[in-house]
Amino acid sequence: MLETNLSMSTNSDSALIAGREVVASLDSIRKTYFMGALAVEVLHGISLDFYQGDYISIMGPSGCGKSTLMNILGCLDQPTEGKYFLGDEDTSKMEDDELSTIRGARLGFIFQSYNLIQQLNVLENIEMPLFYQGYSEADSHEIAMGLAARVGLQDRVDHKPFELSGGQQQRVAIARALAVDPLVILADEPTGNLDSKSGAEILNLFDELHDQGKTLIMVTHSDELAERSQRWVRLRDGLVESDDRLNA
Amino acid sequence: MTDLTLNPSGSGSHAGKRPVLNSGFNFLRFKKITEVGIKSIYSHGLRSLLTVLGIVIGVAAVIAMLAVSEGASFEAQQQFRDLGASNILLKSVKPAEVEESSRSGFGPPQAIVYGLTIADITAIRNSIPGISNVISSRIVKKNVWNGGLNMNTDVVGTSVDYPVSRNYNLRAGRFFSESEVRDHANVVVLSEEVAQGLFRIDNPLGKSIRIDSDYYNVVGIMEPEGFSNLGQNQAGSSNSAPSRIFIPFTSSKSRFGETTTRQTAGGVESETVELHEAIIQIDNQDGVIEVGEIIDSILERRHKDIDYAIEVPLALLRQAEESALRDQIVAGAIAGISLLVGGIGIMNIMLASVTERTREIGIRRALGAKRRDIIMQFLIEAVILSGVGGLIGVVLGVAIPFIISAFWGMTTIVTPLAPLLAFSISALIGVIFGIYPSIRAADMDPVEALRHE
Repeated sequence: MLETNLSMSTNSDSALIAGREVVASLDSIRKTYFMGALAVEVLHGISLDFYQGDYISIMGPSGCGKSTLMNILGCLDQPTEGKYFLGDEDTSKMEDDELSTIRGARLGFIFQSYNLIQQLNVLENIEMPLFYQGYSEADSHEIAMGLAARVGLQDRVDHKPFELSGGQQQRVAIARALAVDPLVILADEPTGNLDSKSGAEILNLFDELHDQGKTLIMVTHSDELAERSQRWVRLRDGLVESDDRLNA
Repeated sequence: MTDLTLNPSGSGSHAGKRPVLNSGFNFLRFKKITEVGIKSIYSHGLRSLLTVLGIVIGVAAVIAMLAVSEGASFEAQQQFRDLGASNILLKSVKPAEVEESSRSGFGPPQAIVYGLTIADITAIRNSIPGISNVISSRIVKKNVWNGGLNMNTDVVGTSVDYPVSRNYNLRAGRFFSESEVRDHANVVVLSEEVAQGLFRIDNPLGKSIRIDSDYYNVVGIMEPEGFSNLGQNQAGSSNSAPSRIFIPFTSSKSRFGETTTRQTAGGVESETVELHEAIIQIDNQDGVIEVGEIIDSILERRHKDIDYAIEVPLALLRQAEESALRDQIVAGAIAGISLLVGGIGIMNIMLASVTERTREIGIRRALGAKRRDIIMQFLIEAVILSGVGGLIGVVLGVAIPFIISAFWGMTTIVTPLAPLLAFSISALIGVIFGIYPSIRAADMDPVEALRHE
């Protein structure tokens, strides 16, 4: 099945992606919101394949369906029609519990406003996805300590989020997103709340993750941010307007 | 600035670390969620305290109210038990009409004859089997002297079984004996109060006291009375005596006679009473209430006026038990209402907490928390709140009866069941009133929850 997908992706440079695995695949995704009697279709059939090691920026004007697409990619919302494969699992018909499990096990989230839990310290925040996956306390601790060091916060593990700068909080969020070693990392305007210096640090981190072969999907308005990525998907009115790839 | 270069050796270091399989009850999960609950309660210290207060008051009220009502009923029942559960008490009572006529009359004092007679007792003994003993007493109010000191008290002429029949014990010396009764001996047993009143310093045992012109040898001193003066308002004295002293029945009869004369405000009053009091002891406690009714009907036939009273302690005990049960139900209902109010307080605060932490719920859901993880988290928090409240309430509820006992001298009894029951109810209230907010938290749409400000 993966082979078919590979050969059928016409909108990408097939030479570049040859031999890389599809980690996430959207197949004719439609999403309709019902507001009373009014039905509003936000996504009108989106098909996209994401490959292992992709560094993607999803862009487009407000109201183009970016957020909706991001929620579906994050398994926080389900498509009205179409299929969404994460790895080799079809998530579009999953029950709530299965969705929770797949979110926790396969996805890493990085939000614009960091979304750390204020009562928990840095280490506990990083450990949280591991806890819901049922890792042992010792393993969680070891993984979280390693990741804290990896984002340069080994000296701050017992600090609460409010004691950290915005850039530091976002680094905690990145460490948390990496905790379960996810298939795909989803970032929603990751530098939107940061000054340019802190933003640059976060983007450096993203570059390094990309270099290590992580798959990053980022939603952004910022051209500066998008410049760092290697593939650009532009949405307009609930459809893919363009899908461009940096030629190696 | 911190060096942000990734440590290559630290990358993807998950090899060998596998999630522990979730089979059945997961202690780690429970422990973690409990920790989160405690943290969240702790971070809203004042609010949590106020919430808990409702449960604290409810639980403390349940325990304290039960302890007080239990103590009061025990006290009441003890009084009747002291009178003897297998006893029937008979007393002579001056009939109302007679009293009236004697007041309005002029001329020489005329003795009023009323009350129980030895013939009554004989009739009762003859018609009812199963009467093991009858202790008849004559009670005469007298001035009792030791040298210059004197006290006005009731002098009870009775038989040797009197103390046993009323669970009334000696503190020192002995009660008078069978032979002293036979001999009309001048011996006396003092009550604690009279002994202290007449003998300030020296030991009264072996000393003599004077009543009228006769001297009586003090052979014993009773303990302070353990029961109230219920059943002691005997005929022949307008007020109940502060305390009683005891002489042989025979001595009372031969020294004081059957007719007593008293100086009253209206002149001289004179009355003739053969027996002032009789304690009828029954073999079998079960029949005591029926025997009481039979005695009543015998006396009714033999007496023209109602110049006697009959008291069955067991019947009074039953009444006391019934009213104690009623008290406990009322106390329980009031305490139950306060626990309910406490529960509503918990629900209120949990709902506020859920709204306030909408975003946290969204984050947790995004990071892999299942619905039931969220339910558990809020439910455990509610149970911790109510459980801690329950514990504090138990401590208070046990302490309050102690304080009541210490400062007001009331008997209170904390049965082990009361704290246990109250605590269980409080924990249960945490579950019941925590369920709805928890479900509401779990049912939130993750997307909406993450967007919540």
